[in-house]
Amino acid sequence: MPAFSAQPLSSQTGFRRTSHKPQAPAPPTSLRYTVGAVDKTHSDSGTFEDLAIPRFASLYRFACWLTQDRTAAEDLVQETFMKALKGFASFQQGTNFHAWIYRILRNTFLTSKAGLRAHVSLDAEDAAPLEPLTAATPETNLLARLDSETIQNALMELPLHLREVILLCDLEEMSYREIATAMGIPIGTVMSRLARARKAMRSLLAEKIQGEPR
Amino acid sequence: MTCALDPIQLQAYVDESLSPQELAAVETHMRECAPCAAEALAKLQLKRNTRAAAADFASSPEFRMRPEFRNRMQKQLVQPTRRPWMTARVQWASALIMALVLIVASTTVVLHRTERKHAIAELLDLHVATMASPNPVDVISTDRHTVKPWFQGKLPFTFNLPEFENSRYKLLGGKLIYFEHNPGAQLVLGLNKHQISVFIVQAQPPQFPSDAGPTSNTEQGFSVETWSHAGLRFFVIGDTSPADIHALGDLFRAAM
Repeated sequence: MPAFSAQPLSSQTGFRRTSHKPQAPAPPTSLRYTVGAVDKTHSDSGTFEDLAIPRFASLYRFACWLTQDRTAAEDLVQETFMKALKGFASFQQGTNFHAWIYRILRNTFLTSKAGLRAHVSLDAEDAAPLEPLTAATPETNLLARLDSETIQNALMELPLHLREVILLCDLEEMSYREIATAMGIPIGTVMSRLARARKAMRSLLAEKIQGEPR
Repeated sequence: MTCALDPIQLQAYVDESLSPQELAAVETHMRECAPCAAEALAKLQLKRNTRAAAADFASSPEFRMRPEFRNRMQKQLVQPTRRPWMTARVQWASALIMALVLIVASTTVVLHRTERKHAIAELLDLHVATMASPNPVDVISTDRHTVKPWFQGKLPFTFNLPEFENSRYKLLGGKLIYFEHNPGAQLVLGLNKHQISVFIVQAQPPQFPSDAGPTSNTEQGFSVETWSHAGLRFFVIGDTSPADIHALGDLFRAAM
């Protein structure tokens, strides 16, 4: 495989990124990282109305993914806003409202019947070491050509705890710190769970690609 | 093939969560390591495709937000916070102020009604006394050009008298009265065998709305109509029908 172009990947894929020119000397083979140093977390202040209304549509979208049912998603969003309004006095102005209200929604869902059914104990799984990086296979190169429906089906097949971490990161564009606040877990757990979620996602997609008639 | 690059590091690169120094180091590494670069590209593509697919999901017909739900939620979200300053304490204070305002307003209305009744009663007494007197008027004349000048020097104001010649009403005369300690004019007019008093006073009792249109009512069987104009208040009182009283009032209002 030829060496990859020196052009940043973000510009090749069209993905939004901040521009950083690689001017530092070559890194050591084992990198120490301080992930989260680039924190997209922002602080919010204002009335409940000002903060809640702009997030209404995205909360509903996330609720649809959690519940997989429109009526249940509506009930979940409504209950979330009622709880958030009631507890708004406890929200510290200047902190992250986005993560705060997602946490309410998530906790509301997890204490519902559907949420209790989907909830599993994750302690052992989150503590397990990650596998070393492996080279991309030809199947991973097919990921770019997958249609929306296939990806949606794979997402739906993911266990709830993996699905939500992917959605919060990729769909809601939350930082690791925001996801940690919303899910009530450490940042390190967010990162390891996200890695597992993406690996599981790729496995499911690979199965679907192999199952397709060629 | 495996690489020493930490998979979490590569993931953080895709999620834009590296510091500038870490980002530079990873990108330098990827320039030299084709497998890592390909893996990063695959991760970025998956992330981009996942975002697009996940966003499409909620806009599908099965999950598209129903307008009635949107409207209901908008009402619920806007109503409770429309007045963020409206705490329970402020609401109580507002309710108390409103109650006090209502009490003051209703008391004022009751007091004005009582005062108004007293004023009408005083004028009714004057009218009845005039009707009972053997000398009901001080100036006896059917000519308005005689009656009006008679008040000169007796009243601190003047007024216009209508022409009664072609009307059903006949001017009988006038007299000086005192209403609420102020001098005023009482004109006596005849309609068939009925006698009607027209009182013109300078006082503007607060119980009567100033410069408002004529108001009519019946007091103790007498028809009463009152209105104000140019700082003067007019009362027409008689035992005829309210329509006759109103028609006479129209004549006076036309002469102003």
